[in-house]
Amino acid sequence: MKNVMTAGSVCHVATRGLAAAAIWGSMWLCAYAAAAAPLTVTQVAPGIFVHVGAIALASPANRGDIANIGFIVGSRCVAVIDTGGSFAVGAALRATVRKHTKLPVCYVINTHMHPDHVFGNAAFVPDHPQFVAAANEPRALAARSAYYLRTLRREIGAAAAGTAVVPPTLTVDGKRSIDLGNRTLLLRAWPPAHTDNDLTVYDGKTATLWLSDLLFIRHIPVIDGNLSGWLAVIAELQKLHPRHVVPGHGPLDVPWRDALAREAAYLTAIRDQTRRAIRNGVTLRQAAHEVGQDQRRKWALFDDFNARNVITAYSELEWE
Amino acid sequence: MKTGFRYCLLATMVGIMLAAANVASAATDQLTDAALWARIRHNLFSDREMQAAPEHIIALDAPQRAQDAALVPLAIHVGIAQKPDHYIKTIWLIIDRNPSPVAGIFHFTPASGRADIDTRVRIDAYTNIHAIAELSDGSLYVAKRYVKASGGCSAPAGTARAVALSHLGKMKFRLLEPRATFNQPNQVLLMVSHPNDSGLAVNQLTHYAIPPYYVHKIAVTYSGKPILTADVNFSISENPNFRFYFTPHANGALKAEVFDTKGKQFNDELVIAADGSASSAASGNAAAIRNDPDAAAK
Repeated sequence: MKNVMTAGSVCHVATRGLAAAAIWGSMWLCAYAAAAAPLTVTQVAPGIFVHVGAIALASPANRGDIANIGFIVGSRCVAVIDTGGSFAVGAALRATVRKHTKLPVCYVINTHMHPDHVFGNAAFVPDHPQFVAAANEPRALAARSAYYLRTLRREIGAAAAGTAVVPPTLTVDGKRSIDLGNRTLLLRAWPPAHTDNDLTVYDGKTATLWLSDLLFIRHIPVIDGNLSGWLAVIAELQKLHPRHVVPGHGPLDVPWRDALAREAAYLTAIRDQTRRAIRNGVTLRQAAHEVGQDQRRKWALFDDFNARNVITAYSELEWE
Repeated sequence: MKTGFRYCLLATMVGIMLAAANVASAATDQLTDAALWARIRHNLFSDREMQAAPEHIIALDAPQRAQDAALVPLAIHVGIAQKPDHYIKTIWLIIDRNPSPVAGIFHFTPASGRADIDTRVRIDAYTNIHAIAELSDGSLYVAKRYVKASGGCSAPAGTARAVALSHLGKMKFRLLEPRATFNQPNQVLLMVSHPNDSGLAVNQLTHYAIPPYYVHKIAVTYSGKPILTADVNFSISENPNFRFYFTPHANGALKAEVFDTKGKQFNDELVIAADGSASSAASGNAAAIRNDPDAAAK
């Protein structure tokens, strides 16, 4: 528990009243946890269950249930892959696991440090799993956790209750396999792409590749790592031959090669247009308005992320 | 029910930790925007008269809502030419609700040509931003914008930017046009690779604050004459980036000296030839570190 930080502990305006509210909230949470409604999941391959999150920003209505999360069941135990954007979503995922199997949860794998993928971790603390992430993840998460918790509280309000940062207990540098009993998962940490701590999960038994946020479908790709690096990782992914692919956002029934090509096309457009803007002396502010506008109709949440993507791309590419 | 009990325990601990982390809010949080500005204004300018700036004197350009609070583009546009008898001497850039509100004090001369400045800042909370111009006759003009952004001072560098940070003191210094035009204001871009750490970001694993380490002064001269002298702080984003003007009357050297809070100095130089073409003296933009205490210690 030492490293668990709560949604309120970093709030600058914390008052005694707020702390009291949190204790009240925790009592409410006791009732809530008992009644956490299971999530809808799809079995994409035998033993592989995915819940498709909303293509939306976190809100009180969706409680941060905005990423694709799920679990893989072996003969000995279960690996949860990403836990959703709040304690409430994590608790609902845990209830879903319980509905499908009595086997214990032995691993909780975080595919990267973003809040919509890690903020349900605390709901699995009672299971005493290994929390697994890429080697760069704890540093990236620690640096942002106060900011993420503050933002979550602003975005989803009371639904943030109980949300805490649970850092990994096991990290992956390069590749590593874990055994769920009669089922081996191959974990792979990638060079900086979507973030600097992207981790994919491959189930050899069903040839399922859980790409998480290396692949966005319909939801505009979000750049928080390295744009050129992401394009290089996509080129590597295109050489692979999985039967099933799980994207981090968006539907499960879209042919993944086409989806990956569409993502690459967006990232390439942003890279090329941003490079041109920099070469022509266009300012950051102006570039944020102009770059990528021809991509608008192709993506959901374009206005929420495109300008920020351009700012990230610009601040990377201006040093080329 | 055993599991339910564990949840209760966990959640109640959460509440208790929250109570323990009951942080006293900074006194300025309680002030209204107007009261906060009145206090800052009084501290900096006492009772001096200050007029709202008409757009033709000074305009502040900032996004209404920032995409990235750690990297908010800001531009101050000036409508008057820098003439020897009538020019903008100083511009203060103030981000009212930042922990250290005075983000920069920029000193200009008639040789600046234009007193425009374009940079990127961190913004910690929804805030007014003020740009105050002092003219050579001592008059003061103020422009104001409200920007919605938060967390910029304690937010860490994006991982993309962290890559650039690996080259401390690397500089890029170039004209925005292919060559300089004499007797006209020419815009230049100065980039410095530097973390510009605020000292307000905390490592949540160790709970130690990342110590402040930032660029505090920039001095630009052309053929030895001051063009721009800026006192800045960590409200300027990592990898400080400035666009400004200078007016050359003949060939010469545009020199930039950058000083940080560890006493390091980074230099770059643009040599303007008689035909207006520019070349970076520090070849390949690599900055010469003249005064590096880390190197001296080895």
